[in-house]
Amino acid sequence: METGIVMTVANLIRGILMLILGNEFIVSVIMKLIGIGAMIGVISFAAILFTYTERKVCAFIQVRLGPNRVGPRGLLQPIADMLKLMSKEDIIPYGVDRVVWALAPMVLFVPSALAYAFFPFDDGAIFADVNVGIFLLIAISSQSVLTFLMAGVASNSKYGMIGAMRAVATSLSYEAPMVFSLLGIVMITGSLRMSDIVAAQQNTVWFIVLQPIAFLIYLTTCFAETNRTPFDFVECESEIVAGAFTEYSGMRWALFFLAEYANLLSISVLTTTFFLGGWSGPILPGFVWFWLKTIFMLMIFLWIRWTFPRVRIDQMMSFGWKVLLPLALVNVLFTGVGIYINRFM
Amino acid sequence: MTDVLSFIHFIVNGVMDFLVSIGAPDLIMAGIFYLMAAVTVLSALGVVLMRNVVHSALMLTASFIGVGCLYIYMNASFMGAVQFLVYGGAVAVLIVMAIMLTRRPDMAHSNPSRGALHQLGAAIVAAVFCLVMLIVSMASPFRTEASHLGDEVKGIADLMLTEYVLPFEVAAVLLLIAMIGAIILAKGVSENDA
Amino acid sequence: MSDFGGLGIFFVIALVFPVMALIPAFILQPRQPTREKGIPYECGVDTEGKTYVQFRAGYFMYALVFIVFDIETVFLYPWAVRFGELGLFALIEMFIFVGILAVGLWYAWQKGALSWK
Repeated sequence: METGIVMTVANLIRGILMLILGNEFIVSVIMKLIGIGAMIGVISFAAILFTYTERKVCAFIQVRLGPNRVGPRGLLQPIADMLKLMSKEDIIPYGVDRVVWALAPMVLFVPSALAYAFFPFDDGAIFADVNVGIFLLIAISSQSVLTFLMAGVASNSKYGMIGAMRAVATSLSYEAPMVFSLLGIVMITGSLRMSDIVAAQQNTVWFIVLQPIAFLIYLTTCFAETNRTPFDFVECESEIVAGAFTEYSGMRWALFFLAEYANLLSISVLTTTFFLGGWSGPILPGFVWFWLKTIFMLMIFLWIRWTFPRVRIDQMMSFGWKVLLPLALVNVLFTGVGIYINRFM
Repeated sequence: MTDVLSFIHFIVNGVMDFLVSIGAPDLIMAGIFYLMAAVTVLSALGVVLMRNVVHSALMLTASFIGVGCLYIYMNASFMGAVQFLVYGGAVAVLIVMAIMLTRRPDMAHSNPSRGALHQLGAAIVAAVFCLVMLIVSMASPFRTEASHLGDEVKGIADLMLTEYVLPFEVAAVLLLIAMIGAIILAKGVSENDA
Repeated sequence: MSDFGGLGIFFVIALVFPVMALIPAFILQPRQPTREKGIPYECGVDTEGKTYVQFRAGYFMYALVFIVFDIETVFLYPWAVRFGELGLFALIEMFIFVGILAVGLWYAWQKGALSWK
C-alpha cells in the first residue's frame, strides 16, 4: 500500500534529521515534538478560523451579513478578536476559589488536545496508534466534565453553579448512549485501534451504511459533548449568561473557547473516522479526503446548531436515557446477530 | 560538509552513548515512575488534609488519574483507560455531586474538624496500614510489568469469555443488584409502596 | 520512543500551552480593579443571597444508573473486540449481558429514576 502525503513528508523530515544528527532516538523524539507542534497548530488555527466561519455561516443562515468591517469581507476579524482578548483586563471576581478557578480553563484544554493524538489524519499519520485507541479516547474525553464543574463551582456565581450542574447532567445522559453506539463499530472491526477502524471501512463499506442507527445516535450525542445547540445547557447565553464561564474574562475566557472549538473539530474528525471511512477515498490523496469529509461534517454541525432551538434539560435527559440508550442497546443486538449470520452461517 | 556532519554525528552519538553508559534511560524511567507515584500519593494526602471538601474531591480525581497513568506505565493500557473512564470520569463526578447535594453554609471549612482525637486515630490507622503494606510487599512477588498476553485487550477478552465467564456474569448481575439497591435507598422504600 | 511516551510529552505540553497563551495577556492587560468589576455578575444588579445552591437531588439518580452503565462498558469493549471470532458462544453471551443491562434500565425507568419530579 502506498503511504499518504503526511507520512511522505514526515519520512522526508526524518531522513534529513537522521542525516544531520545521526541518532535514531533523538530523531524520534524530535519527530514526536514536531507532531505535537503540528497538532497544537491545527487546534489554534482551527479556533481562529472557526470564530470567523461560525459567524459567517450563522449570518448566512439567518440572512444577515456577518462580520464585514475588518479587512476584505471581514477576514481579519479573528485577528482583531484575538488582539482584543489579549488586551482585556483579567478580572478576578470577589469570593472565587482562586486556585480551582484559575486551573479550570487550563486543565480543560488538556483532554481536548490529547484527543488529537488518536486521530488518523492520513495513511499511517496517527500520533499514538495504541491498541486501546478508541477506548482511551473516550476515557480522556470524559474528563472534561470535571473541569466545567471546577469552573462553575469555584466561580462564586449563581449562573456558574447552574452551568456546572447542567454540565454534569448533560454528561450523565449522553455518555452512555455514545459509548454504546460505538460498540457496534468495535464489534465489526474487532479491534480498538483507530487505524484498524479506518482499514475495516476500506475493506468493506463506510460504517454509516452498516451502522446507520449508531451514526444518528453518535451525531446526537456529539452536540451534547460539545455543548452546542440544541443541547447547549452548560452555557446557554439567553438563560444563564455564559453558565460555567460567566465570571471569566480576557484570555481565560478565550481558553474556554479554544477548547470548545478544539472539541468541535474533534467531533467532526471522529464522525469522519468512525462512520465516513476516515482518510480513505478514491483518486485524491488521503489527506485531502480526510479534510473534505471533516469540513463536510463540520458544516453539518454548524447547520444544525443554527437551525434547531434549544430543548429543555429534562427533555434532553429523558431523551438520552429513554430513547438513545435503548436504541443503542438494540443496535448492539442487531449488529451482533448480523455479524453472526454473516460469518458463521 | 561531510566533515561537519560526521562531527555532529560523533558529538550526538557520543553524548547519547555517555548517557546510556551512566544509565540515564533507566534513571529517567524511574524518575517518571516516582513523579506519577508522588502525584498519586500527595493528592491522596491532599484528600485528607484539605479544608474544603470540594478541593478534597478534586484531589481525589488527581489521585485517580495518577493511578491510571501508573497502569499505563506498567503496560496495562486498558486498565489505565478503565481507570480514567470509570474513576476519573464517573466516580469523581458522582462524588463532587454528592458533595453538592448536601446543604452547608460554608464550603471553605467543610471538611470534618481535626481535633487531637482525630489526629491520634489517623496516626494509628496510618501506622497499621503501613505495617500491612510492608508485610504484603515483602511477601508477594511483585511484577514490574503486566504479564504478556499478546494483545492486552484480546487477552482480557479471552480470559473473560473462557476461564472467567462465570465471574464475568456474576459481576454483571452484581452491578445490576447494586443499582437496584441504590435506587431503592435513594427513592425510599415507603415511597415505592405507596 | 513508544506511543505512550509521546502521549506523556503531549500531556505536559498541553498543560503548558494555556500558560503560554496567558503570559502575553498578562503583560498587555490593563489593571484597574474596582468594586463593581469584582462583584459576581447577576445581570447588573448586586448579587442577592447565597451563591451556593443545592444540586437537584434528581441528578443523583441519573448518576447512579450512569455509573453502572459506565462500568458495563468496561466489560463490553473487550467482548466486542473478540466477538467476530468466537461465534455462537459470544452471541449467547451478548444476549445475556444486554439482557441484564435492559433489565437494569427497565427497573430504573419503572421506579422513576429516569424522570424529574
